[in-house]
Amino acid sequence: MRVLMLGWEFPPIIAGGLGVACRDLAKGLTAQGAQITFVMPHVPQGASSPYVNLRGANEVKVKVRTVNSILTPYMNEHSYHEAYRRARESQSSSLYGRDMMQEIERYTLAAVEIANEEPHDVIHAHDWMTFKAAIRAKKRSKRPIVAHVHATEYDRTGGNPNEYIRRVEQEGLDHADHIITISEYMKRQIINYYGVPSEKISVIHWGLDPESVPQGERFRPPISQHEQVVLFLGRMTVQKGPDYFVEAAKDVLRCQPKTRFVMAGDGDMMGRIINRVIELGMQDRFSFTGFLQRRDVHRAYQMADCYVMPSVSEPFGLVALEALAHDVPVILSKTSGVSEVVKNALRVDFWDTRLMASKIIGVLRHGVMAQAMRDNGKKEVFDLDIATPARKTLQVYQRLGVGG
Amino acid sequence: MTNVCFYFQVHQPYRLRQFQVFDIGASRDYFDEHKNREVCQKVAHKCYLPMNKVVLDLIKKHDGKFRVSYAITGTAIEQFERYAPDVLKSFQKLAKTGCVEFLGETYYHSLAYLFDRNEFKDQVDMHHDLIHKHFGKSPQVLRNTELIYCNDLARHAQMMGYKAILAEGADHILGGRSPNVVYASPTASSMPVLLKNYKLSDDIAFRFSDKNWNEHPLTAEKFANWVAPALGDSVNLFMDYETFGEHQWEDSGIFEFFKALPSALFKRGVGFHTPSDLTTTQPKDVVDVHLPISWADLERDTSAWLGNQMQRTAIEALYALKDGVFESGDQSLIDDWRRLTTSDHFYYMCTKWFSDGDVHKYFNPYETPYDGYMVFMNVLEDIRTRIKIV
Repeated sequence: MRVLMLGWEFPPIIAGGLGVACRDLAKGLTAQGAQITFVMPHVPQGASSPYVNLRGANEVKVKVRTVNSILTPYMNEHSYHEAYRRARESQSSSLYGRDMMQEIERYTLAAVEIANEEPHDVIHAHDWMTFKAAIRAKKRSKRPIVAHVHATEYDRTGGNPNEYIRRVEQEGLDHADHIITISEYMKRQIINYYGVPSEKISVIHWGLDPESVPQGERFRPPISQHEQVVLFLGRMTVQKGPDYFVEAAKDVLRCQPKTRFVMAGDGDMMGRIINRVIELGMQDRFSFTGFLQRRDVHRAYQMADCYVMPSVSEPFGLVALEALAHDVPVILSKTSGVSEVVKNALRVDFWDTRLMASKIIGVLRHGVMAQAMRDNGKKEVFDLDIATPARKTLQVYQRLGVGG
Repeated sequence: MTNVCFYFQVHQPYRLRQFQVFDIGASRDYFDEHKNREVCQKVAHKCYLPMNKVVLDLIKKHDGKFRVSYAITGTAIEQFERYAPDVLKSFQKLAKTGCVEFLGETYYHSLAYLFDRNEFKDQVDMHHDLIHKHFGKSPQVLRNTELIYCNDLARHAQMMGYKAILAEGADHILGGRSPNVVYASPTASSMPVLLKNYKLSDDIAFRFSDKNWNEHPLTAEKFANWVAPALGDSVNLFMDYETFGEHQWEDSGIFEFFKALPSALFKRGVGFHTPSDLTTTQPKDVVDVHLPISWADLERDTSAWLGNQMQRTAIEALYALKDGVFESGDQSLIDDWRRLTTSDHFYYMCTKWFSDGDVHKYFNPYETPYDGYMVFMNVLEDIRTRIKIV
């Protein structure tokens, strides 16, 4: 089984959420005998991975007219969205649109060249940036396409999709021989927004590689020695619902005045969020960390007494699994994929901030319950077999007539 | 050749509403009136009313030779009065036939026996009076909540004047012996202990509609063939009454099965009796039960209600408030507190099988055991404020 995998991130080069998911999947597939060539936009000289044959678009000379692209070789999901938003806010969407097409085009041409060199049985494309490449590679190799959707343009924009990106997604999904989504929640979206028939979509939930979670002591920074910490961790964008977190905090402080709210991550709503916190007079109870590097993410979990995911729309929500793995009780928005998987978590509607507050207070006040949530939640996460997503993916390949 | 003894448990708890932390001190409205009415009326129509009619018809048809027993909790009777008076009337009609026995238990279907013996006795007495008031009969035989039983309980039951007691025929107390003979406790040697034949009971209560069961479909004739060869004093078939029409749906054929069962058994020489018919039977052997057993889950112990730290914390906090509640002299406070003693509240907090989703979930008004715990603890907190005010 030879897999041509087209993606945008892969550790160690880029270790964002999508990269980690791709790595875990590739690790599982390799363990079950698959050989994977992974194509990403840029692979520095000498970089390699134990799980895949890593190929960078940058190693292939392709003719692309370069204009001042907003994209950098090290672009990750986070910085891409920042650039995307800045471009949109500065009313330069037409220029931006050209740049975008340019970058995709460069990746596409290079990926097709690499596809010619690397014999494959199936083309596995992660998210819209790689869909054009997948379609062209299929034209030459006649191999089936599996489109793996980790997020759609609707999720990223809170329901206001960029029409160009939406079209690329539509085209990719229409050309795909099969589609993998990371939750039932997202499957429903793809059926509703892209008109894809249900039987063409398989749901494969993410797991968490236990090895990716360093086990350490609880971390207490001096500032929170005598406080309980409630954590928000994610981009501050419409999709993630940071505003609902702030409204819930207001109600939490009525009952639990010694609570600290840590908001880790940045994004276009940051200014608005800070203003609202000040407006409510809660500035002494809030800490904003900005974008966190991996090591600091671990520390953020370690200092948290409760993690809240108030997302308006969360295709999956791997962060929740990470929080559970770090012994943190979690409260999840019902509009998240992860709430389909995790039972030992409290669930709320993101808009019901009063109930959200009530549950946060519950976790902070009831040590016995918080401990039960920690114990059972952690066990549940580590029981999610990391080999399962790979096994199910192989089943998808086999259903497309790709032999083992 | 033997007789069959049916005992059906009828129970509805007062489910709590989503009582939030912000309601503490601001609201005394703990119970979900809407949901409780809805469930009560739904089960009335699916189970209580149609099944009571089936039983009544069978009693008439067999000239009083068909007999059954019920344990109906106080919280169920209260809710029938409020939400489904026809159900109460139909039980009264059954009582008048003289073929139906009503068993004693705690009014609130509580775990009081394990936590507060005085409260246990008070709740059993309250239940006795309620049954007498509605059905004109005094219970002679005791069954504790969820068939929770141990030696010491048998002694208490005897001291309270009960003439027999029911328990689960758990493997580990029988050690290979038959559940079909009358046993005694080492602490109350002359009082019969009637043990549930869990295999035959669960064939009806749990497996009846299970298409993967190799005996599916279960017919009355087949079941009668299993019962008829049994030796001993009594084959005790104990189950939730909601088995009929609620757990096993009407379209599974459960009502037709039950209608055909008495004739199938009579044909094979098997008759019916109720627990008080066995009070004078000489016990043949002794069951020695030190740690409490119950009819719940595979463990047949109390872990469905008290298996985790949340459950133990919640119930200990509840009983810690008892003195304050009673010293207040506030009857509505006492009633509220007692409604919180109902075992269901602790069952909702069970995490044993939670991750797999399972029978616990079916009966659970909460999304998670944690929600059950939080709401319960919020209500206790409010009770605490009321004690202080008084």
